[in-house]
Amino acid sequence: MVIYYLIPKVNYLRPKTKEECLKLINELRDFKVLAGGTDLVVDLKIGRFRVKNLVDISRLPELRFIKNEERQLRIGACVTLQELLESKVVKEKLPVLYEAIDSMASWQIRNLATIGGNLCNASPAADTAPPLYVLNAKLVLESVNGARVVNVEEFFLGPRKTALKPNEILTEIIIPYPQGKAGMKFIKLGRRTSFTLSVVAVAALVNVEDRVFKDVRIALNSVAPTPVRARSVESRLVGKEVSLSNIYEASKYVLNDIKPISDVRASAEYRREMSIVLTKDAIIGALNSIGITPS
Amino acid sequence: MKVKFKLNGELVEVDVPPNRTLLDVLRRDLGIKSVKRGCERGECGACTVLLNGKPVTSCLILIPQVEDAEVITLEYLHKNGKLHPIQEAFIEAGAVQCGFCTPGFILTAYALLMKNPEPTREEVKKALSGNICRCTGYVKIIDAVLLAAKKLKELGR
Repeated sequence: MVIYYLIPKVNYLRPKTKEECLKLINELRDFKVLAGGTDLVVDLKIGRFRVKNLVDISRLPELRFIKNEERQLRIGACVTLQELLESKVVKEKLPVLYEAIDSMASWQIRNLATIGGNLCNASPAADTAPPLYVLNAKLVLESVNGARVVNVEEFFLGPRKTALKPNEILTEIIIPYPQGKAGMKFIKLGRRTSFTLSVVAVAALVNVEDRVFKDVRIALNSVAPTPVRARSVESRLVGKEVSLSNIYEASKYVLNDIKPISDVRASAEYRREMSIVLTKDAIIGALNSIGITPS
Repeated sequence: MKVKFKLNGELVEVDVPPNRTLLDVLRRDLGIKSVKRGCERGECGACTVLLNGKPVTSCLILIPQVEDAEVITLEYLHKNGKLHPIQEAFIEAGAVQCGFCTPGFILTAYALLMKNPEPTREEVKKALSGNICRCTGYVKIIDAVLLAAKKLKELGR
């Protein structure tokens, strides 16, 4: 009697270079790209899908770098979540991404899971997405035909659906450093504090000049088929005075941007309520991070 | 498929299909029984091993992925029949009940203490959040890791 999971028979392929990999997936049919494997290996075990070939990209040297450039941070798709968490530049310059990764999974999982995998798996609950949305991150998608760059928002098409063509892989995430003195905050509500999936998570980025909101960016996950920007809230705050009443009032409009469902983690109704509360808290938290206490 | 890697300091080679996990090969082909088959989906931490020094869940790693890597299991710690100070600390603090989760906890604790020899209680809790124990309330496990840190410091390790 077999009392444990078995993965169906599969070919394992490990190209040595990015070029070799792109050529391989251009020819290959019926395959999945393996990076950290923390989602894919489980999916293979539970039979979510069957594939003939696995293409392991986790060791491709071209996909494993963190480059701190003058105006942007470039991250190879196969950098692990733990490597990002331990990166000084991420913590200092992109605290909203740091806070999101700090809330994700466990040490064991973060040592395997990659930022590219979190995006390509395209879960509506992907926790790296809200910070990348508010940071206006760009993704580099490559195939034998060359590279193209898409905004992270254009990458998510639906649950487990991305803008990747069959012969493309995500190779790099480019994050422009926020201009001026930007305040940032990530807040995640799970069913418990650690090692848990989001019920709702919110990322906020604010810029303030003379007590007036100059720029506001808010993104949420787990409340729509893809992570979403809360533009209804943003547009109601830009140009307005920084005050609690303005923040409270604008946060209610997050309901225009989300379309939550009920699932094992929470009901749609609860998610709607919590989206308002967490949007408000994330905006206040982002202001606090640059020394502003709204009243 | 032939896969070579270093297991507890010794080079090993296995010839197994690539759909087998590291957990499965360690237990069934290499006789490493400290690595426990728990949830098999990366949620319980009972199958924790150190891969190139970092704690990972061996149930989520396909065997060809460890080619040329270094894998450490609990067997590495109690050399020459002598328990490692972390193991002693787990016994002294009463952190072991049924014992099923213990190897995973000890390996995660080992990795933590190598990186951060004097962790705070909060840091211990955070590092161990990927290991689940269904017997204890975690208090004694956290006590054990803090005691182990003290022991290792006294031993100058």
